[in-house]
Amino acid sequence: MKVFVAGLNHKTADVDTREKFTFNGPRLEEGLIRFKELPDVQEAVILSTCNRVELYANVRDTAKASESIRTFLSQFHNINRGSLDNALYIYDDINAVRHIFRVASSLDSMVVGEPQILGQLKDAFELALRKKTTGILLNRLMKKAISVAKRVRTETRIAENAVSISFAAVELARKIFTDLPKKVSMLLGAGEMAELAARHLIGSGVKEIIIANRTYDRGCELAKEFNGKPVKFDEFIHELVRTDIVICSTGASNYVLMKSQMQKAMKERKQKPVFIIDISVPRNIDPEINDLDNVYLYNIDDLQGVVDANMFERQKEAEKAEKIIEEEIETFLKWQLSLDSVPTIIALREKAEEIKKQEIDRLLNKIPEIGEKEKKAIEYMAAAIINKLIHPPTVALKEDSEDKDTIIATIRRLYGIDGEKNENK
Amino acid sequence: MGVILFELALTFYFTATIVSIIELFKGSRITSKIILSSAGIGFAIHTACIIYRYVTAGHIPITNAHEATSFFSWCVVLIFFILQFRYRIILLSSFIMPIVFILMLSSSMLPREIKPLSPVLQSYWLGIHTVLAFLGNAAFAMAFGIGLMYLVQEHYVKSKHLGGLFERLPSLQTLDEINYRLITIGFPLLTLAIITGVLWAENAWGSYWNWDPREVWSLITWFIYAIVLHARLIAGWRGKKAALLSIIGFLTILIAFFGIKLLQKGLHVFL
Repeated sequence: MKVFVAGLNHKTADVDTREKFTFNGPRLEEGLIRFKELPDVQEAVILSTCNRVELYANVRDTAKASESIRTFLSQFHNINRGSLDNALYIYDDINAVRHIFRVASSLDSMVVGEPQILGQLKDAFELALRKKTTGILLNRLMKKAISVAKRVRTETRIAENAVSISFAAVELARKIFTDLPKKVSMLLGAGEMAELAARHLIGSGVKEIIIANRTYDRGCELAKEFNGKPVKFDEFIHELVRTDIVICSTGASNYVLMKSQMQKAMKERKQKPVFIIDISVPRNIDPEINDLDNVYLYNIDDLQGVVDANMFERQKEAEKAEKIIEEEIETFLKWQLSLDSVPTIIALREKAEEIKKQEIDRLLNKIPEIGEKEKKAIEYMAAAIINKLIHPPTVALKEDSEDKDTIIATIRRLYGIDGEKNENK
Repeated sequence: MGVILFELALTFYFTATIVSIIELFKGSRITSKIILSSAGIGFAIHTACIIYRYVTAGHIPITNAHEATSFFSWCVVLIFFILQFRYRIILLSSFIMPIVFILMLSSSMLPREIKPLSPVLQSYWLGIHTVLAFLGNAAFAMAFGIGLMYLVQEHYVKSKHLGGLFERLPSLQTLDEINYRLITIGFPLLTLAIITGVLWAENAWGSYWNWDPREVWSLITWFIYAIVLHARLIAGWRGKKAALLSIIGFLTILIAFFGIKLLQKGLHVFL
């Protein structure tokens, strides 16, 4: 009984390769069922996202399982073994557990700390539960992975800071303004990045968008898409009076907004704060504008600086997360070890002895007058009863059978060895 | 009894202060809970302490420096909780609780005995005038704290180094709004305090205005905050300038309060 992982991700395979191995829609269910039916696989889960394809299993023999899984993958996706072997990583036991915990906690993600992966893992587990491809080991492991991920999220600040430029811009906007939905923003020029930032702003509630583009028609198009108001490019200065957030990315080779113009606009808007994001290269907005009171100008490098700082923060938090994961691996392995037959036999015997002792004590308390001989006889009988009762399960535990994991789990459950709480509901 | 209540309140404020400084470096749900609960318990005991003194003395307990600093701290904590309720800015405690604690500590070191009231003070004006003045000044103290927070946050955003507190400080707009609101509350209170003081002076000393140092400083403070409001409404002096002015305004109040106390001159000597 071993946890086993075979997979490929954004680090080992480029997008072309990942695409070929993706399990999506009905192919996922089909793949999962066929994966579970492999001779060396006892339990199975498939996690398939755009950045990774991973197969989790409970296997007996890593080498055999690894071979049959490779064959299965190349047949199922119709790909030659060579390109598969290059991209595939295989882990078992503690390394497999660690890998799954790290994936769930988003430490293995392309953007460390991104939150989607946990949901994707939950979906993968739910599908496996529906198709009944998991058992005692993977059920416990998946639940544990989900709780570890939650622990990492609450105990570290791994997912707190923005790590993309457009998101960093929105975060900044939130620290300048309180009520984004009431703010007016302006798109100056219509580069791809500017559009993305605008989308993020709309996502955080900004409603009113003014669009000033050199080609007025393109501006109108965008305005339609964003439900905004197009203005002629030359008129954008007049709109500054009521604009709180400016996103600028025109193709101009010089400054389109000078300090004196901004100063005038600030006076007219009674110094209400303005946040200007200049993502154009070369810059389109006079950098000296940042010296004006209540004007906050960020260019692409400034935003990148914020993102880098946040990335560094995340890296530090990731180290804390790794520690949490090591702790959790230990408790998981301890539990897994107890699932072996020898500790189960010992636990079973201890449980029986305990019952025997309790009952004899109780009896002797009730009839203290009986003699030594009778006492001996009673003890002998009790020992005989428990021995006979635990003999068949002990034999079953010692036998080498296909479904040994299930037998162990069943015996532990029937005899209440793990206490009242059962992990395999 | 009064002493025990006072020392207890001081102890709870001390705890809140220490934890609020920890909050500055490493905030968590636990630290904010400790701050709010210890400040809350401290405030409740402090309230009881003031009421007890009121009952024992038979008049409002703002007649000597000990009582004045204590009551002023009480007003500050009151406004802190009102703001907390409305805006939930736990970090404000890091800027305010240390001030409260220092005020309470200095109050604890001042003579506490209840002396019979001088005839001048035996008037219903005492309660009205002092409570108005203290609430107004407490609002300015809070504007001072908020102003500091604004400057810190503004520095982060302007310099593009989004340091440690950036995440947890509220937005510039929120801080600016609170600052403005506090001054619009403090200013009318101060105005009323000056008016009642003038009326009381006529009543007690026979002349409305005596150029007593406290009167002069109050007038200066009044002008500073009048400028803050005027500049904001007319010239759009908001944000950084408003924050700076509210800091200068409160420093003026502190000079007025402690400076005059040290000089021990003028008609307001009893306070």
